[in-house]
Amino acid sequence: MFTEKTLREAQDGKKAWEKEVEKVRRQKAERKERFSTVSDLEIKALYTPEDVKDLDFARDIGYPGVFPFTRGCQPTMYRGREWTFRMFSGMGSAEDTNKRWHHLLREGETGLSTAFDFPTLMGYDTDSPRARGECGKCGVAIDTLKDMEVLTHGIPLDGVTTSMTINPPALVLWAMYLGVADKAGIGWDRIGGTIQNDMLKEFIAQKTFMLPPEPSIRLISDAIEFGTRHVPMWNPISISGYHIREAGSTAVQELAFTLADGIAYVEDVLERKKLDVDAFAPRLSFFFNSHVDFFEEIAKFRTARRMWARIMRDRFKAKNPRSWWMRFHTQTAGCSLTAQQPYNNIVRTATQALAAVLGGTQSLHTNALDETLALPSEFAATIALRTQQILADETGVANTIDPLAGSYFVESLTDELEEKAWEYINRIDEMGGMLAAIDRGFPQTEIADAAYHYQKRVDDKENIVVGVNKYVATEQAPTEILKLDDRVEEEQIARLNEVKRTRDNRRVTQTLNDLRAASATDENLVPYVIAAVKEYATEQEICDIWRGIFGEYRDPGYY
Amino acid sequence: MADLERKMKVLVAKPGLDGHDRGARVIARAFRDAGFEVVYTGLHQTPEQIVAAALQEDVDLVGLSCLSGAHMYLFGRVIELLKENKLEDVQVIGGGIIPEEDIPKLKELGIKEVFLPGASLHDITTWVRDNVKPCS
Repeated sequence: MFTEKTLREAQDGKKAWEKEVEKVRRQKAERKERFSTVSDLEIKALYTPEDVKDLDFARDIGYPGVFPFTRGCQPTMYRGREWTFRMFSGMGSAEDTNKRWHHLLREGETGLSTAFDFPTLMGYDTDSPRARGECGKCGVAIDTLKDMEVLTHGIPLDGVTTSMTINPPALVLWAMYLGVADKAGIGWDRIGGTIQNDMLKEFIAQKTFMLPPEPSIRLISDAIEFGTRHVPMWNPISISGYHIREAGSTAVQELAFTLADGIAYVEDVLERKKLDVDAFAPRLSFFFNSHVDFFEEIAKFRTARRMWARIMRDRFKAKNPRSWWMRFHTQTAGCSLTAQQPYNNIVRTATQALAAVLGGTQSLHTNALDETLALPSEFAATIALRTQQILADETGVANTIDPLAGSYFVESLTDELEEKAWEYINRIDEMGGMLAAIDRGFPQTEIADAAYHYQKRVDDKENIVVGVNKYVATEQAPTEILKLDDRVEEEQIARLNEVKRTRDNRRVTQTLNDLRAASATDENLVPYVIAAVKEYATEQEICDIWRGIFGEYRDPGYY
Repeated sequence: MADLERKMKVLVAKPGLDGHDRGARVIARAFRDAGFEVVYTGLHQTPEQIVAAALQEDVDLVGLSCLSGAHMYLFGRVIELLKENKLEDVQVIGGGIIPEEDIPKLKELGIKEVFLPGASLHDITTWVRDNVKPCS
């Protein structure tokens, strides 16, 4: 990156500066003996040309829209189009959530994102004994196509993209969305969106699981194959680091485990479906956390793109540049927010959102200030949306692409994260890949160690959390939190019963039998699921078939 | 004397379908490091499974963690089942995303203490040491 002369001058200058530092330190020690990121990665006092001397501009940085995409996926980035303002929302009934969606769209949201309640996430209907007390609590309850119709009422499916955080029953919810499009006469080539559909990180971190790993992966590859052939603008998977980080991982672990998951999915589709890598790789999408450590996060986003480009080109021999690029959604870190002095969360979220934007995200969810207390109120969700809009329209950060490129610190940190993430990926490869690593509890225990280490550091005040272990206030401003109507569960069960009463039960049974028969073969199951949901088969009726054939995964309970 | 020296035994449990287990796992480790004997149920336990584990493992304390909002039903049901199984001596504490206004209601049900986000590991283990005696 530099001429010998520049490097020599830089080294000489550094020696002189270090002497000065020694003098100053003798008079007064620095605030801490060791400065580190929230992931406990040590950070130097100063970065100089020496730290980036091995960097090769074309190889490591380059141009936006060009391999290795360190600077961004698209050639024009936010000058062409802002990132998508995509607020994760869902609560209570489909009506409640539909109302919130319309509110957010009116306020300038540009993409939808669905939070489902736990029974929906786990493949249970609202009337299951396992679902007692959970209906609508953590998101919206969806049992049948009827609920999906209500949820999407008045939403132009060909005018806005919809993301769905759904994993074990991803095919079912996707089939319902495709079914609604069908009924509205909108072709599948005109709808866009994302299903999360990433089970590996469920076993590692988010822990909504249903089937064992092997059949879980099969359903994922079915979705990728079906999307590739029939729903070309859909992202059939969102390979997610977000939950890995929320479970307590470091930035490096988030990066490494997410990419290792991505490798496992590509390998499975290649092997199981015999698709050409360039046929499906362009629709693989990603999802990261934006945590509190500003520069560590920006470096992480830049590294992620560069590493994925290298993996796709060098490891999988993809030839289409679209297969090399990593497009990702970002959510600010829920786990960084505090129940104490909750208004401070607005500030945390703003800086995390800024890091995501400086890191070149394609889409962003900003958490509401009341996230640690309850689901977001409309007031809190609107402030979170406005935070993105202020960044986009007022701060000027979207005027130029990848503004931190060339910073000695950011480039050096980008390199360091990459190096450490490769070490993990190599270890996982040596274990025989991510499935084998999960089987022996490797990522799970690495994350558990990191989470405990972090919490001890908070207890010891080595990590500061304002309002929790420093600047603690005895009184705090009241926060109005969202209250859900207790009748939601009753009403949802009533609607479910009504659907079961009025549907053609003979046809439901027929489509479910077809699905059962196909599930025992290698056939792609998506068409069968679509046929069943269109007859108003319930989510659990479909998932029970799979539980019956493939068995259930139980939490090994690592801690 | 032998009873007093016996290690306190804690069951850390995740009731319901909630998958947020970071807090439960961290607190399980903190109890272990503080010298307690720890049993962790893993995720997705029904109240019946939790009480069966409490009975079988002969624990002194049950720590329930719920971040999904279903705590009123799930915590209440665990207390109810403990009583039905004549395990009233087993104390129960809870933690998670729990609105302030639910805390008195949970205490009325029989939950001894509720720890909210931000509670330190030290505060929780100290509270247990000071307030929970091994069941005779």
